[in-house]
Parts: sequence; C-alpha cells; structure tokens
Amino acid sequence: MTQSLPPWHEIVLNVFKVNEVKLITYVPDNVLKPLIQALHADPYFTCFPTAREEEAVGILSGAWMAGLRGMLLMQTSGFATLPNVLASLPCAFQIPVMMMISERGTLGEFNVGQAAVCRTMRPILDSLAMEHHTVSRLDECEMIVDRTIRQAIMTQAPAALILSPLLTGGKVVAR
Amino acid sequence: MSGTTHNLKRMYRFDLTTRLVAKLKQEEAVIGGIGHSNFDLWAAGHRPQNFYMLGSMGLAIPIAMGVALAQPARKTFALEGDGSLLMELGCLTTVATQAPKNLIIILFDNGIYQITGGQPTPGAGADYVAIARACGLATAAWAANEAEFERMLDNALATDGPHFIGCKLDAQGPKAQTERDPAQIRDRFMRGMGTKKNRTLG
Repeated sequence: MTQSLPPWHEIVLNVFKVNEVKLITYVPDNVLKPLIQALHADPYFTCFPTAREEEAVGILSGAWMAGLRGMLLMQTSGFATLPNVLASLPCAFQIPVMMMISERGTLGEFNVGQAAVCRTMRPILDSLAMEHHTVSRLDECEMIVDRTIRQAIMTQAPAALILSPLLTGGKVVAR
Repeated sequence: MSGTTHNLKRMYRFDLTTRLVAKLKQEEAVIGGIGHSNFDLWAAGHRPQNFYMLGSMGLAIPIAMGVALAQPARKTFALEGDGSLLMELGCLTTVATQAPKNLIIILFDNGIYQITGGQPTPGAGADYVAIARACGLATAAWAANEAEFERMLDNALATDGPHFIGCKLDAQGPKAQTERDPAQIRDRFMRGMGTKKNRTLG
C-alpha cells in the first residue's frame, strides 16, 4: 500500500498548501533538504532561512497575528535553543506557531551531542504543554500533519511535528 | 543624519516614542520590544496596532518583520533596545536579505540593561548603525537630535525601506508600565491588524 504513496516531503508540501501555510522559515537540515528545495521552487511559498530558530519563532508569530500562516523547519538541536521564546511568546500569547523538527540523535546517530540533546526535546514540549506528534509512517503522514496544523490554528496553540528517521531515513554515516 | 556616534545627543525614550506615535496616521503597526521599549510605547497612548512584547528578549524585530511580510501595505515599526538587539543580532542579516519595504527599525541605545539595574551591556562601545550597514541595511543612520529623528521618521514613512534609525538615549526611566495580559494584547493587536473581526462580548 505504501508503494503507491508519494514521498513524505511531497505529502507535507501538499498539506501545507491545503492549509494555506505559506510562510516557511528554516534553519537547514540535511534530512529536510528535499522539502526545503521543493518549497523554494514553488512560488506559492515564501521560504527563507533565518540566523537562529528563535528569530523564526518571532517572524511566524508576527506573521500569524497579521494574517499569514507559517511553519518553522529545523533539526533537533535547533529546537533545543527555543524554550524561553516558546514559553514567553507563542505559549503566553496563544499564538499557533507551528514547527516541523527533523529528529536527529536516535536510530543510528553518530554525533553524541545530537543524541544527548534529542533526549531533551519531548520533555521540553511536554513541560510547555505543547501538542506534539511524531510522524514515523508514510501512510500516517498526511493525517498527522494536516490534523496537527488544523488543531493548532483552531485552538490558537503552538504545535510541533517531529519527523522520525523511520519516516525520512534520517542522517546516517557510511559503514 | 549621522553615520558615526560622535556628538549625538542623548535623548529621552518617552519623548521619542511620543513623537513617533504622533506621526502615525495610517494605522501603522508598532512592535515594542521587551521591557522599557514597550513600557514607553504603552505610556505614549495605547493604539490597537501596538504589540507589547513581554518576554522573548530580542524578538521585536523578527515579530515586526513577520507583520511586515504578512501585510506589505502597512508600515511596521520595531522598537528595540541595544541589549535586546545583541541577543538576536543575526536578524539584521535576515531583514537585509528579505528587505521588506515597509519595515522600520528604531534602535534605542542607552548602553545599559536599564530594567535590571543599569548594568552596562557587553557592547557599550559598539556602533549599531555601522553593524546594521555592514549587514546590508545601507540607509541605516543615527538621529543626531529630536528634530532629525522626526525628519528621519517622515522619510521612513514616505519611502521604501527597510529603514534603521539609531537613537542614543539618556538615563531616564520609563514613564509607565504596560499591563501584562498577553492574550488580551494579542487579541487587541489582531483586531488592530484587521485579522480578527468578530465582536467582543460584554
């Protein structure tokens, strides 16, 4: 069944369009590369990098309040820079900042720093009471991404989508 | 306009903020950065188009940039302190590269963390206008005094940006303290931006 489905990044891009998520800010990641390339190539999206993930949270907060929906793409270590601004901006002000995190640090990680910081991600999301879901199967990708975006907007609450290496293949080193 | 910090007058933040607000006739958006930057915006008279940032130090310019991208026809101001800018200096490169024409950054530079007791910032000798120019904001300049600040505001309101106006501040504290109710601040701001239109109850 999964053979007939498009790759995860095509599913994600289409779900962004269906939900009018037009503004994409990112700090790059190898796993996210095909998605970032496709977003840049599609004139529907305004897509650009920021110097830090915090900056992107600010941009998306302002954009949403002024009527433009967006998504922040980053990797696990980038998410770990965010707890203060998440607590004091989207959480406190009830702004649906939406984040997509490529999960490093698990299932074959080669960098001990990534492995350590990965263990902080879900406890941070839980302690901020932020909705988060991990996408690990291609056949669940559309529903999880779509419903998470819709719920974030309807409940005015920030949310995080974690892309597991089970979905993306992750970043691996040659044997 | 001046490209150096030599002979710049040290001005009063509340006075400058009042002069800014007096010029806003087109429902321009104003994002007040953490602490005294937004306290004096509040004290200058609340407008629905004001957003008062209560945490997330350093994000006034990114928030303003998001507003500017979402509503290209609306002039959008960021009021940011020097200590806050140091937290997120990289955002000046993003602003310069994306170059939203309707974004105006006003930097309030007192060289200290006034709200925590006046400790000097690590950048007390830094020239933030020179930094902004080096990031690609070619028209960044210091306002030498109040009259020049007003002329620079008129120019920023009349011409395409992004603009960056640096102001050296005196040591006077804020005039008042913003009401800390983030959900209400956000709701009022969205109504001011026209993105939320249903009637409020009560």
